Amino acid sequence: MSQDWKDICNFSDLVKNTGVCALHNNEQVAIFVDDENHVYAISNYDPCGNAYVLSRGLIADCKGRLTVASPLYKQHFDLQTGECLEEPENSVKAYPVRVENGKVQLSA
Amino acid sequence: MSKQKIVVVGNGMVGHKFIENMIEHPDYDQYEVVTFSEEPRLAYDRVQLSYYFAGKTVDELMLTSPDFYDENGVRFIVNDKVVTIDSDNNKIVTASGREESYDKLILATGSYPFVPPVPGREQDHCLVYRTIEDLEAITASAKESKVGVVVGGGLLGLEAANALQNLGLKSHVVEFAPRLMAVQLDEGGGQLLRSKIESLGVGVHTEKNTTEIVAGETCRYRMNFADGTHLETDMIVFSAGIRPQDELARQFDIEIGPRGGIVIDNFCQTSAKDIYAIGECALWDGKIFGLVAPGYNMAKVAVSHITGGQEAFEGADMSTKLKLLGVDVASIGDAQGRTPGSLSYTYSDGHAGVYKRLIVCAENKKVLGAVLVGDVEAYGNLLQMMLGDIDIPGSPEAFILPAMDGAAPALGVDALPDSAQICSCHDVSKGDIFEAVKGGCTDIAGIKSCTKAVTGCGGCAAMTTQVMNAALTEMGVEVNNNICAHFEYTRQELFDIVRAKKIKTFDQLISEHGHGKGCEICKPAVGSMLATQWNDYVLSDDNIQLQDTNDIFLANMQKDGTYSVVPRMAAGEVTPDQLIALGEIGKEFNLYTKLTGGQRIDFFGAQLHQLPVIWEKLIAAGFETGHAYGKSLRTVKSCVGSTWCRYGMLDSVSMAVLLEMRYKGMRTPHKVKMAVSGCTRECAEAQSKDVGVIATDKGWNLYVCGNGGMKPRHADLFATDLDDETLIKYVDRFYMFYSHTADRLQRTSVWMDNMEGGLDYLKSVIIDDKLGICEELEADMQRIIDNYECEWKKTIHSKERLKRFAHFINSDATDDSLAYVAERGQERARIDMQARAKISKGEIIKTLDVTEVEAVEPV
Ligand code: SRM
Ligand SMILES: Cc1cc2nc3c(=O)[nH]c(=O)nc-3n(C[C@H](O)[C@H](O)[C@H](O)COP(=O)(O)OP(=O)(O)OC[C@H]3O[C@@H](n4cnc5c(N)ncnc54)[C@H](O)[C@@H]3O)c2cc1C
Ligand code: SF4
Ligand code: FES
Repeated sequence: MSQDWKDICNFSDLVKNTGVCALHNNEQVAIFVDDENHVYAISNYDPCGNAYVLSRGLIADCKGRLTVASPLYKQHFDLQTGECLEEPENSVKAYPVRVENGKVQLSA
Repeated sequence: MSKQKIVVVGNGMVGHKFIENMIEHPDYDQYEVVTFSEEPRLAYDRVQLSYYFAGKTVDELMLTSPDFYDENGVRFIVNDKVVTIDSDNNKIVTASGREESYDKLILATGSYPFVPPVPGREQDHCLVYRTIEDLEAITASAKESKVGVVVGGGLLGLEAANALQNLGLKSHVVEFAPRLMAVQLDEGGGQLLRSKIESLGVGVHTEKNTTEIVAGETCRYRMNFADGTHLETDMIVFSAGIRPQDELARQFDIEIGPRGGIVIDNFCQTSAKDIYAIGECALWDGKIFGLVAPGYNMAKVAVSHITGGQEAFEGADMSTKLKLLGVDVASIGDAQGRTPGSLSYTYSDGHAGVYKRLIVCAENKKVLGAVLVGDVEAYGNLLQMMLGDIDIPGSPEAFILPAMDGAAPALGVDALPDSAQICSCHDVSKGDIFEAVKGGCTDIAGIKSCTKAVTGCGGCAAMTTQVMNAALTEMGVEVNNNICAHFEYTRQELFDIVRAKKIKTFDQLISEHGHGKGCEICKPAVGSMLATQWNDYVLSDDNIQLQDTNDIFLANMQKDGTYSVVPRMAAGEVTPDQLIALGEIGKEFNLYTKLTGGQRIDFFGAQLHQLPVIWEKLIAAGFETGHAYGKSLRTVKSCVGSTWCRYGMLDSVSMAVLLEMRYKGMRTPHKVKMAVSGCTRECAEAQSKDVGVIATDKGWNLYVCGNGGMKPRHADLFATDLDDETLIKYVDRFYMFYSHTADRLQRTSVWMDNMEGGLDYLKSVIIDDKLGICEELEADMQRIIDNYECEWKKTIHSKERLKRFAHFINSDATDDSLAYVAERGQERARIDMQARAKISKGEIIKTLDVTEVEAVEPV
């Protein structure tokens, strides 16, 4: 099955080890890039703090798993899967994401 | 059966301890306790008496209170001296004529200062040093004096000399013996102590026998000495030793030592029936113990004997470690090397001012005694080896030689038996500390409050920490202060690496000294260190990944993801025009507005994309960032001070503005707060701040390490009567030393409370430059000050940076999940009504509706 991808922004708009937020199909998506130029996308909504803030968290290495620590109450969300390490019932959606021709893309 | 009545004569440190031990005894309900005190108040901490001069109040020195005695049914009569004991009829009589019968009588009358019978000693400004009233008299006399002499160069004499020095007098110590602290130190130690004390400006006169005190020529008095020399002085404090207060016992047939002291046996019983003696008035095995710990021990033994227990007094170790006039001095066991056949090792470093002598037994195996001056680190280990009769591991000299490579053989606390006494002031053993740790006290603060260790003289702090760590290790708790899983270093060690290797980025630090990619703990901590050290722009490409959201967007995130905006308003000073500008900005962006607890204005509810626009307007109106988001200087609160207030001694507002402008932007391990009050009424609450400044009629008093918050702590008086320049110098050094050595997110109070040596040590580093680092601390601070720039000003001028301030990277839309409701004329974030209703255990807590207030109608 072929996937359709939608351009979100230039890869050069991203700053290493930080996140940004994108509006995609009316959903808020947090997009991160690590220091090896891998990009990740999970929901921007923090179910623990009830606010759209995850893109503004710090990237943290938890025993080898790359996560974002919510800026509100510091729960960790796995960047690959959206799993919440402290409160698995509060895990969030992860989105397919890629970089093509210098563009960050989410699957349409 | 009626209760047994116990009468305690004297409510000093030991008398009170006896009562405290009685109250804690399981059979206490079978006893009735009455105590008499000649002094006007109940027991206070005589050991800490000198802190009275440093600003401690009588209340802070009290060991007990009328309430405590009342609650426990202890009857007490203060200000009434017991003058007669009728031992035949088990009765006492007081000066006011009160009579009291007893079943058991406890004499805890302490001692009195010995004043040598020198003609002229009865004059007005000839004083002693034992009670709060004595200290009040000394303070009063010092106000009318320029020069002061202490007669006696022992422990107490030097403490008194320190007090006179602090009261601003030119001070001298006059000693009969050939050296200072003749009882505790040997010749070499005494010499070194002398030269250190002289270098502080205190005159030291040994081998002086005062023959008379007559009228002076340049001062109030002249002291003439037997060798024909003389000394002029305005006041004299006698501290030439203590004598047991046995006056009462001398009235009837009870055994008294040839040179005084009420003779007691191993159970603290005197020769008279039903009478015990404890503390400094008691003579055991021909010895008077002039320290509080043996007295406490006697109190315990007496309680045990009265209640049918078996405990016995077996003498006490008189080793001491203390700081005299800023000089560390310790003496252990047979310091003079009098044991036949003993050997000694001596190390002396005239340059560093260190002298150490170790006395060992003829077989070179056991420690018999030691003298340490200038560097007392070995005290704990040597004392434990002596008390525990432990074989010296390795070669004895290693314990007094400075640590070269290879280091001294450490005496592991594992080698100590459970019964080893770690804190002598409060008789806390290794076993007690282990028990406390197992009971959940896993930090020094906890150990202090549950065992009382370290809360007396403080000399056992290092040893207590070692024992605590050993206990934690035994429990399988990994004792490490590593900052997080990515660095095997403490914050202090990391900071040393950053400085020594001039590291400027997180990536370099983690690749060379850590592992993994870092986390939300180490990243901001390293970001803070880099900022303290280099003060580079916190939002540079290298640094941005280290900052938590507050530092990235230079604002505090609120619960709904919006931010607060706090412009700096140094000292709470604001012009009407600035207020108008703020009002207009708040109105334009519809921001919820309130005054903070830090004397400035906070706007809430600003969205990400609004922050740069708001700040552009604030900057145009002359405001700068207030760093309300950073681990950095927050506010310097101020009272109105001498410009308006009729009590103001100095201009507190100007000083607060100066301080806030000087330290703004400085990144620290945790936030720091300051305040300046114009007089002792303290309207700015300076004593609840990390750094507090209070004006006096002679300059500024500096307080440090206070805070409000979760565990409020009053600041400690650090230095008095400073001029502006010295004040700033001390504050520079204080903040830099804190930044270099504190743990992450450790406020100044906890930092100091965990520091070995505490306040005194801090003073020695900052005031006396004990570590020789003050110049560097000042230079480091100057670099921060020179590199300051307003982060917001820099940010609004950077197109690159401004890109981040949009909610969506691919749309101009804003976060549509935000919703507000009106309340008291402003908008506030909406939380659903369910959440608003406060619910506890399933029940709604009743609240009053204050969403609107009644308008006040204009007349
Ligand atoms: C705004 C303000 C409350 C107010 O409306 O008055 C406030 C608000 C917050 N305080 Fe505070 N504190 C404010 C004055 C205080 C004071 C009073 C003072 O400074 O005189 C104290 C007690 C004094 C002290 O700190 O010693 C205070 C003790 C705390 C603490 C407890 C610190 C502690 O050591 O126990 C925290 C938590 C922390 O820092 O870890 C805290 C943390 C916070 C945070 C940062 C919590 C957070 O992470 O969101 C709040 C940020 C709100 C914001 O976005 O601005 N705030 N906070 C005050 C801002 C003062 C200013 O102008 O900068
Ligand atoms: C400045 C100073 C610093 C010191 N520093 C240290 C130190 O660092 N470490 C240390 O271990 N020790 C130190 N000491 C010694 C310590 O304070 C004493 O060992 C301790 O106070 C002895 O307790 P006590 O109860 O026997 O006597 P005190 O505390 O003197 O109490 C005796 C009380 O009995 C009262 N009294 C006497 N006769 C009568 C009577 N007939 N009727 C009613 N009341 C009476 C007295 O007024 C007094 O209040 C210091 C002492 C001083 C003065
Ligand atoms: S602290 Fe002193 S100067 Fe300041 S307002 Fe209060 S009384 Fe006035
Ligand atoms: S030995 Fe004095 S406080 Fe512990």
